[in-house]
Amino acid sequence: MKEARDVTKLQGSDSKAGNFISTRNACKLCAPLGASIVFRGIEGCIPLIHGSQGCSTYIRRYVISHFKEPIDIASSNFSESSAIFGGGDNLKKALDNVGRQYRPEVIGIATTCLSETIGDDVALYLNQYKKEKGGEPIPVLVHASTPSYRGTHMEGYHEAIRAVVEALAEGGPRARHLNLIPGFLSSEDLRHLKEILSAFSTPFTMLPDYSETLDGESWSEYQKLSTGGTTKQAITGMGRAVATIHLGKSAAGPNNAAALLHEKFGVEADYLSIPIGIRQTDLFMDLLSGISGVPVPSRYRRERGRLVDSYIDGHKYVFGKRAVIYGETDFVVSMASFLDEIGVVPVLCATGARTGRFRELLSEAITHRHDEVSVFEESDFAGILDAGRAMAPDIILGSSKGYRLSRELGIPLVRVGFPIHDRIGGQRLLHVGYRGTQQLFDRVVNGLIEHAQTGSAIGYSYI
Amino acid sequence: MIEILKEREQQVYEKGESRFDLACEKPSLAGSVSQRACVFCGSRVVLYPIADALHLVHGPVGCAAYTWDIRGSVSSGPELHRMSFSTDLSEREVIYGGEKKLYAALTELIEAYKPRAAFVYATCIVGLIGDDVQAVCARVEAEQAIPVIPVHSEGFRGSKKDGYRAACEALFRLVGKDDETPLSPRSINILGDFNLAGETWIIKEYYRRMGVETASCITGDGRVGEIGRSHRASLNVVQCSGSMTYLAQLMKKTYHIPFKRVSYFGIEDTAEALYTVARHFKDAQVLRNTEELVASEVRRIYPEVERFRTSLEGKKAAVYVGGSFKAFSLVKALRHLGIKTVVVGSQTGNKEDYDYLGEICDPGTVIVDDTNPLELSRFMTEKDVDLLIGGVKERPIAYKMGVAFCDHNHERKIALAGFEGMVNFSREVYSSTMSPVWQFSPARIGREARTAVDADVESTKGHGAARC
Repeated sequence: MKEARDVTKLQGSDSKAGNFISTRNACKLCAPLGASIVFRGIEGCIPLIHGSQGCSTYIRRYVISHFKEPIDIASSNFSESSAIFGGGDNLKKALDNVGRQYRPEVIGIATTCLSETIGDDVALYLNQYKKEKGGEPIPVLVHASTPSYRGTHMEGYHEAIRAVVEALAEGGPRARHLNLIPGFLSSEDLRHLKEILSAFSTPFTMLPDYSETLDGESWSEYQKLSTGGTTKQAITGMGRAVATIHLGKSAAGPNNAAALLHEKFGVEADYLSIPIGIRQTDLFMDLLSGISGVPVPSRYRRERGRLVDSYIDGHKYVFGKRAVIYGETDFVVSMASFLDEIGVVPVLCATGARTGRFRELLSEAITHRHDEVSVFEESDFAGILDAGRAMAPDIILGSSKGYRLSRELGIPLVRVGFPIHDRIGGQRLLHVGYRGTQQLFDRVVNGLIEHAQTGSAIGYSYI
Repeated sequence: MIEILKEREQQVYEKGESRFDLACEKPSLAGSVSQRACVFCGSRVVLYPIADALHLVHGPVGCAAYTWDIRGSVSSGPELHRMSFSTDLSEREVIYGGEKKLYAALTELIEAYKPRAAFVYATCIVGLIGDDVQAVCARVEAEQAIPVIPVHSEGFRGSKKDGYRAACEALFRLVGKDDETPLSPRSINILGDFNLAGETWIIKEYYRRMGVETASCITGDGRVGEIGRSHRASLNVVQCSGSMTYLAQLMKKTYHIPFKRVSYFGIEDTAEALYTVARHFKDAQVLRNTEELVASEVRRIYPEVERFRTSLEGKKAAVYVGGSFKAFSLVKALRHLGIKTVVVGSQTGNKEDYDYLGEICDPGTVIVDDTNPLELSRFMTEKDVDLLIGGVKERPIAYKMGVAFCDHNHERKIALAGFEGMVNFSREVYSSTMSPVWQFSPARIGREARTAVDADVESTKGHGAARC
């Protein structure tokens, strides 16, 4: 049984680690990046960033380093005069050009700090554009408001999902299908979630779905738009689903897509943590089983059984070990829950975001040794390093951005999340479900064993 | 086939086809997925390697986050340049102004990291909300007694080139600060080498062997103090001419230092660069040293390059890089490997640059300014290339199309400059071009099948002719 826990037990401040006013090695990215990822997860959609050329180029470069795929993101390419007189003309021209070259079904427009600050009325421009085109068929235009001074890439991510749903979802007679909003996960995670949902024999729409578009096959000729992604038609039907499962509780709020679907069309909204670890995956499986009326398929019961078996095989190597975790709020919460259930103390849980819910969600997720857990919101990597030195951690879990920490602290880094740009295969890392947890568990245990072996004077060849 | 946008038609040219008058130095077309970045990017790349300076990006977090430790610029000492500092503006500052936060951030960072100078990059939003960055910098400079230099790099103010100019202006503020260090009469400044994978060290060592002192390298393995004394060197040797010619011009005007444009990529250009410097000093010993150096280096590397050439002879390459000077060198270096350049372009070339490219390329070569993934992939297909040379954003385009790739941008981790750089370059090209993995690439299989069909058709024609 769950006990009510005192949320004040976790250590540390809810705000920035240390007292620095500046951000030193940010543990977050800007909102248009998150929106671009979502837009790339819609079939036939091309993202268009409304602002300076650099925003789109930097984001492309960054995302390419993780996914290692061509990532075409257009820009409305502001000039000085657009900054003064407004970006309407540039936006319309960009829509024309991107339409002509890519022939997309959907153009996902993400605004930047620049266009937001000059007060560009994008909705108005889009209406004008539609009018100017008369009856000519044009792509669906979706606009996400994503100034980079408001929130992180995760706010951009959720805002884009909401914008897509708002633009396309329709009501009507209730159908038997589910909506799944999976959170910012790897392509492999998305494929695994689809597999799990299929096993419950319930039709579903997952938004976004970049499992193919950002981790595709080798091509026989150049593709303007990568194949795959959530279809426009499926998104339209999201208003008729029986329920929306939203993975990631920190984004729960009146403005997200699940809440919107509930408010507009009466689709029930269920918020769950990202299913990493046995407990969180159990909750996910139970919810799916409850909604679909289908018992948890035997293959997953067997995967769970094998995972429990391996937890026991490896428990001594991890028990009492101390971990640093950082990344997106919801990702860190689930990762902390996983570490907690195998006996690792997540001594430092850090995120660059500020949702105000991080501490509360961690308190729900962590059951042991509260007084050793520190919580940092709005943190950066310099702050994590400063705090980490005093905590004597054994292992770090997070993106490639923790490489410096690992080097400085002399402890292993298990690469998870985004971005993984100093290794091949970040997009193929599996984190979710029993199977993903299995891979994580093995990597954590082996990371610790390898580290011990490397530092050993004797060099035991059996464990 | 992929359409070239009407407004861009003048920016693409196939040599030998029509009158050569390439349009360039234009802002990227709205909606075109340009491979270019912005003014901020231009400033940041140039100033990046100054390792004992604080680089503070004033704006929301993105600009700083995306440029954190992004370059291969290595330092022989301090590594402050590898940190990413940002004022991380939030909504409140955008409304009420960010000057207070900038002042506080600068003060705390200077106190914590004790840099020799600080650069403050003004990003898009700062230009809009009208923060008086100059005033804040002046105040902190007076209080902290180090140069605190604003870099006007608002993204919308133009293109990457305008960022180069802003960086040169910022650098010029440091030039002339140090009047103490004695310099040899045969001293030079290396301008526009960024010490990627230690390339500056290779070049400096050549000059040392020639008997030429390097007063400063701006900005590879850069130090504020070195830049401070650079005004007393005898010659500025400019490699990345796109970014640094402006600084060289400023230094010529104020300090009467002549400058020469050179390149250290490839055997010919490296040798020519060293001879250019040697000739400048009109010193018989330096000239002899240089001849000896070039001869021994070429002797040393030639057999290795030749070995790679044996396998690579006859391959075709596309080159798409940031600066056009680099493109010239690459065309020549590829020729040494028996590889013909059939597509070539840059993000920032000017009229002169493209004229020169037109001269050195063979007929049929596509020359393109500020291209995008769709065009690039089209030219690569049309010209049936085996290799693409570019940067991170171009790499997956090549790979998806079954084309080998060599990274030649600011992020490279392998030294490609100088004579040993030519060996590394050859090895890089060889190890991608000759990899067995391409046999599985659907694009490559399709291409080879098409080539085989064409060959069959040709040979049938041949037989027909023989029978007649």
